[in-house]
Amino acid sequence: MGLRGPKETLIRYFLFACAVTSIVILLLIVVFLFREGLPLFQEYGLGEFISGKYWYPTAEPPDFGILPLFLGSLWVTVGALLIAVPLGVGAAIYIAEVAPPQVRDLLKSLAELLAGIPSVVYGFFALVLVVPWVKDFFDLPIGKTALAASMILGVMALPTIISVAEDALTAVPKSFREASLALGATKWQTIRRVTVPAALSGISTAVILGAGRAVGETMTVLMVSGMSPIIPRTFLQPVRPMTATIAAEIGEAVWGGVHYHALFAIGIALFLFSFAINLIADWISQRYREVE
Amino acid sequence: MRLRRGRATQAIAFTLLSLAMAGVLVALGTILSFILVRGVGVISWEFLTSFPRQAMTEGGIFPALVGTLCLAVGTLFFSLPLGAFAAIYLVEYARQGLLVRIIRMAVNNLAGVPSVVFGLFGLAFFVRALGFGISILSGSLTLAFLVLPVIIRASEEALRAVPQEFREGSLALGATKWQTIRKVVLPVGLPGILTGAILALGRAAGETAPIIFTAAVFSARLPDSVLSPVMALPYHLFVMATESIFYEETRPIQYGTAIVLLGLVLTIDLVAIIIRYRIRRRRRW
Repeated sequence: MGLRGPKETLIRYFLFACAVTSIVILLLIVVFLFREGLPLFQEYGLGEFISGKYWYPTAEPPDFGILPLFLGSLWVTVGALLIAVPLGVGAAIYIAEVAPPQVRDLLKSLAELLAGIPSVVYGFFALVLVVPWVKDFFDLPIGKTALAASMILGVMALPTIISVAEDALTAVPKSFREASLALGATKWQTIRRVTVPAALSGISTAVILGAGRAVGETMTVLMVSGMSPIIPRTFLQPVRPMTATIAAEIGEAVWGGVHYHALFAIGIALFLFSFAINLIADWISQRYREVE
Repeated sequence: MRLRRGRATQAIAFTLLSLAMAGVLVALGTILSFILVRGVGVISWEFLTSFPRQAMTEGGIFPALVGTLCLAVGTLFFSLPLGAFAAIYLVEYARQGLLVRIIRMAVNNLAGVPSVVFGLFGLAFFVRALGFGISILSGSLTLAFLVLPVIIRASEEALRAVPQEFREGSLALGATKWQTIRKVVLPVGLPGILTGAILALGRAAGETAPIIFTAAVFSARLPDSVLSPVMALPYHLFVMATESIFYEETRPIQYGTAIVLLGLVLTIDLVAIIIRYRIRRRRRW
């Protein structure tokens, strides 16, 4: 019964099988999304799906243009980043470089607490507080708009951005800072010219992962985005992001029908986005490691 | 002169940075306190333990609470062994190579897949293809796939923190590799693995989008088997706040449900944070 006894080998194979499960799951997701999504294109053109300006799945004949939904997702994501990037990166720099050491862990834990709040609670909060505020402040007929969705998504993207950016800043070697300070630079000059540039790839990864969080979020946008499948012109209009469209319509779509397939086709698009976002984040951190 | 201007710029910059930090804390504080203040009066023993009445416009949230616990425990039942074993392979057995890189990539990608896509997948695979129907089983499996990366990453980190000398000492005494892992590495890494499991539990309890099409219903009944659909706190809150006709009248129930869900998830997270903190402090090697 040495190192290579039959029991040891068996255990090894079993553990290996568990590790490979992640790949299997990912492949299963791909297979089933495509199996249920691709039949759409036997009845509906791929070009029309991608560039179609109208999403009226129950009209006669139905329209399955993903463009308004895609733009809806894009608008709320850009809006969320406009809020979350300055706040999140600023807070990360504050935690890593400015805050007194005793409160650093506390501040980071509090920021991570934001990640623990369930998305439906964010949605509910936005529904009862943010939406009425937007309606009154801008004097709109309805408060459920791209702006309301952006505001709450911005808060939801914060913990991801803060956590990843703070890790990147903390990973910058102490000697960099010391060298800069020894040359007579102030603390702020050191942050701006040395620490932040050195951590820039990590900070970019943080922003990209934050964007991924915003694109993929479902419940909050379902509750506060207004759900109109129009091509938005301003942040004060209601939008219908891709994720929310799936969640809102899958219940009424007939299993195996065109509408059902169309919703899975949106799922494919979302999956490809998350895949691309991961590849970019991966690529940036690979390059970073080479530089180090 | 230049020095003084540098100091002035620094003062402005640091003020802006602390304002950003303050903004984050204000957002957190507003959300928590708003829900707490409005909902705390609704919470009572009766609210937690009674069934909804009068077409969901009165009464408590007992079945939703039970359903969420069923889903969370079911999720852990599938994802904890799978994730922990996968992490053991990655840390203790795998050699750096193409396959390990692909596994890592798969884990990272799973972590980034939007939750609603997991819901679609769960609907197509568990509910339809495997015929589990809309049930605790389908919902738990879907959520288990969703939280798997959380458990794998936390377990990997926990196992990597076990010093190499521990393994070498055990192997030098003649123990086999598996004996070393079971008797030496796992006991030391266990609290870290449990931290991951607890975080996954919190995540599973709070997710809505993956269970809408795979597990959740809006009807005041308790599940009688793993193949029954269930009520769940997040779904209950969602339906009450948006799809119910009486969404204005039932606001108190919505605040109450939000508090219970928030309290449940944040308590779970807090336990994980405390365990992690204590592991870090206790570590003496």
